[in-house]
Amino acid sequence: MIFLDNLINGLSLGSIYAIIALGYTMVYGIAKMLNFAHGDVIMVGGYMAFCGLQYWGVPTVLSLVIAMAVCTVLGVTIEGLAYRPLRQAPGLAVLITAIGMSYLLQNLALMIWGANPKSFPTTFINGSSIRLGSLNISSATVYTILANVIIMVLLTLFTSRTRMGKAMRCVSQDRGAAQLMGINVNRTITVTFAIGSALAAIAGVLLCSSYPILQPTTGSMPGIKAFTAAVFGGIGSIPGAMLGGVLLGVIEIFGKAYISTELGDAIVFAVLIVVLLVRPTGLLGKAVREKV
Amino acid sequence: MTKAKRNRLIYNMITYGLVIAAFIILQSMVDAKTITRSLKGQLVPICAWVVMAVSLNLVIGFSGELSLGHAGFMSVGAYTGTIVSGWMLNVFDVQDTTLRLVVAILAGGLMAGLAGTLIGIPVLRLRGDYLAIVTLAFGEIIRNLVNVLYVGIADGRLQASFLKKTLPSQAIMLVDGAKGAVKIKPISNFTMGFILVMITLIVVINLINSRTGRAIQATRDNRIAAESMGVSVIRYKMTAFVTASVLAGMAGALYGLNATTVVPTQFTFNQSINVLVFVVLGGLGNILGSVISAAFLTVLPELLREFSDLRMLLYAIVLILVMIFTNNPLIRDFIGRLFQSLRRRFSHGSQDETTGGETK
Amino acid sequence: MSQEERRRADTRMVPYPSHSIVPERDVNSIPVLETRHLGIEFGGLKAVEDFNLTIGRTEIAGLIGPNGAGKTTVFNLITKVYEPTRGIVLINGHDTKGLNIVQASRLGIARTFQNIRLFSQMTVEENVRIGLHNQIRYDMFTGILRLPRYWKQERKQHQQAMELLSLFGMQDMADVRADSLPYGAQRRLEIIRAMATNPSLLLLDEPAAGMNPKETEELMENIVRIRDQFQIAVLLIEHDMNLVMGICEGICVLSFGKIIAKGTPADIQKNPVVIEAYLGRKKEAQA
Repeated sequence: MIFLDNLINGLSLGSIYAIIALGYTMVYGIAKMLNFAHGDVIMVGGYMAFCGLQYWGVPTVLSLVIAMAVCTVLGVTIEGLAYRPLRQAPGLAVLITAIGMSYLLQNLALMIWGANPKSFPTTFINGSSIRLGSLNISSATVYTILANVIIMVLLTLFTSRTRMGKAMRCVSQDRGAAQLMGINVNRTITVTFAIGSALAAIAGVLLCSSYPILQPTTGSMPGIKAFTAAVFGGIGSIPGAMLGGVLLGVIEIFGKAYISTELGDAIVFAVLIVVLLVRPTGLLGKAVREKV
Repeated sequence: MTKAKRNRLIYNMITYGLVIAAFIILQSMVDAKTITRSLKGQLVPICAWVVMAVSLNLVIGFSGELSLGHAGFMSVGAYTGTIVSGWMLNVFDVQDTTLRLVVAILAGGLMAGLAGTLIGIPVLRLRGDYLAIVTLAFGEIIRNLVNVLYVGIADGRLQASFLKKTLPSQAIMLVDGAKGAVKIKPISNFTMGFILVMITLIVVINLINSRTGRAIQATRDNRIAAESMGVSVIRYKMTAFVTASVLAGMAGALYGLNATTVVPTQFTFNQSINVLVFVVLGGLGNILGSVISAAFLTVLPELLREFSDLRMLLYAIVLILVMIFTNNPLIRDFIGRLFQSLRRRFSHGSQDETTGGETK
Repeated sequence: MSQEERRRADTRMVPYPSHSIVPERDVNSIPVLETRHLGIEFGGLKAVEDFNLTIGRTEIAGLIGPNGAGKTTVFNLITKVYEPTRGIVLINGHDTKGLNIVQASRLGIARTFQNIRLFSQMTVEENVRIGLHNQIRYDMFTGILRLPRYWKQERKQHQQAMELLSLFGMQDMADVRADSLPYGAQRRLEIIRAMATNPSLLLLDEPAAGMNPKETEELMENIVRIRDQFQIAVLLIEHDMNLVMGICEGICVLSFGKIIAKGTPADIQKNPVVIEAYLGRKKEAQA
């Protein structure tokens, strides 16, 4: 029974990682950059939903929508102000900028909401629980896993069926050629950031529902782990992000349960290193040859 | 002697000269007791952070790899240093603090170098962003591991346990899990800090102006071309990475032995970012810049204590702006033109000094 | 003639032994480059197939063909940027199977790149010094401690670098940053840097690209001069037919990854298969 409990907890945590990892993987695939600030967009999403529920008294669903809207605007703004001027710059410069952006968001949040942890209010998402035999599944777990599946299906349909989705796939494969074919690369990247950030907001709300403590640094560790998950699954691949996220969540929970609570993070990162050594392109990633 | 060589020599002399001058001034202020209390307490940390910044610059500025786990090596050095110092004092009864400090710093450098080698072998096969994230991961792993490390002295010898504290209760604890390294006898001093800074400068400056250092820079500028010239990229990236981790470990030992406790949360990812800020603001590949910005930004928060919240915010904004200004071709050209017209205005059409003349 | 020699004679472009090359170095010696049934596939696509080529000690050879024929891929196979999926590459008689780029370079090949790959943040002299990396050595600790050997070897490196730069009259630019050089000078620097590794085979990937006729003329003279002075073999990819026909002793034509013709410039110019590959069939050409 404890095993099943752990498995379900792992799936739930993994689903959150997966949703965050989608944001990383899409941006990495299309803009070829590691958006270090992605984890902090999650935190902003969490705070916005918190404000909606706690201060403004709006219903849960509306709070979620507010969070998504704010994060979308935030993501697009970050991209336009900080990343777009560096489109031709070396990777190191972009990465340092992204780290700066992550720091900026954390410190802004610190100024606005203070360093004291806020406890995330109870909503229908984390209010009740379901009993299955002797198994006790919280509703947050159910919603998280459900959200993960729905997002996965919608995103797959989006990238394969819609014009914008196809444009994204083109840009990710060859930006120059896509531009020559009349695809507006900047707009495509903006839309990617918008989608990734909206997903981050959802992930933020789900994360805070399961682990209801909100701080300016709430997003950074899940963000880093989700990036690990994206690399694990194969960066640039949407199913890869899903698979990597879920697996990583399960590994983390089992590691904490059966090896050591304190070493949970170390185990997750050790997995990353082993994966990169054995299969540098991740589970579902494709190798890209450097052109000489 | 060619002009480029002469310029480089002058630049290096300024770097050494400035550090020596700063040491003499500060030390005489200490002797004359005219130094403020808070600045006096900062002297050793300044040295440690200067070493951290210069060594990280070797990795980022010269070998072109972003390492986000530099604080991890510092923590390895800090823990090793405090353990070695405590061990020497309690088991071998070494009362000479200078000897303990020197041995502790060497041991810290050695252990950090070992960690750097272990980490570098897998990590340096990766490229770019992956390398950054894996070094970050390693920093976190190191922090996690020391969190469950227990080292103490019992029955007249050094004992250690992992995950669970199994040492006898009467043991003198040196490292106590999440409480960190405890009851340290502070033995670091400014002179030793200064010596360490000088050693770091000599090692890094001489290295980058040698065959090895040029190979390191070649791997930064063009990986494939470097390999085609017979330069083993992994080997030279490794050289830079391990050298930097040894120096960081030495800085860690110096830093750790300057306080009475060292806790794992002192060496988080944020601390690595702090050092990164020093390096970026000082200029990638600019040693003197790293020295000045590390020293200045270590003292600054003390001076602006009431604005401590704003400080980190400012760091973040400055980091972003510096990157955009130095890397966006439009803005860079604009600033370049601005400087040129300013120079022309002040020099009244004197000879343009740029070499070549044909440069576009 | 032994079987081995006969096979080599088969894959040669120039009748063996060639008259235009320095004969005493070439006869009865191991060829500087030999490829046998060389091939590579990228995900099922055969980029290069059954590529057989032998280059003598001091031969200047050309590799031509339409865009996308796989010329640069051949270079990448020879220099071990790619591991071939079929066949072997021998450099000075050594099998290169399983070697990496660095090891291949130490066997005596050096190359330039189609899209210039200089060490852009380093000076011109430092670029050449990287080429001398394995020629004039001292270890890291000698460098850090600045032992007498450091000064001696540094002086030697500087002198050799300047000598090499003077080949193309570039010694005055020694202190200029590589990325601020004009385009033609960047291409020349790439050749000098490659020569600094003391190769026995120099691979030039479109050395005349982007050069004006006068510069190309100079380049041709320089390539021949380098060959004569250093007694090395040169294999070059080039679209400028004046250059190829002017200095190459043997030419190999590649189309869709396969060799379609091989021989002296005169042979190639007359070869109907080559004309077809370049211009298409007569009917299409007229349309």
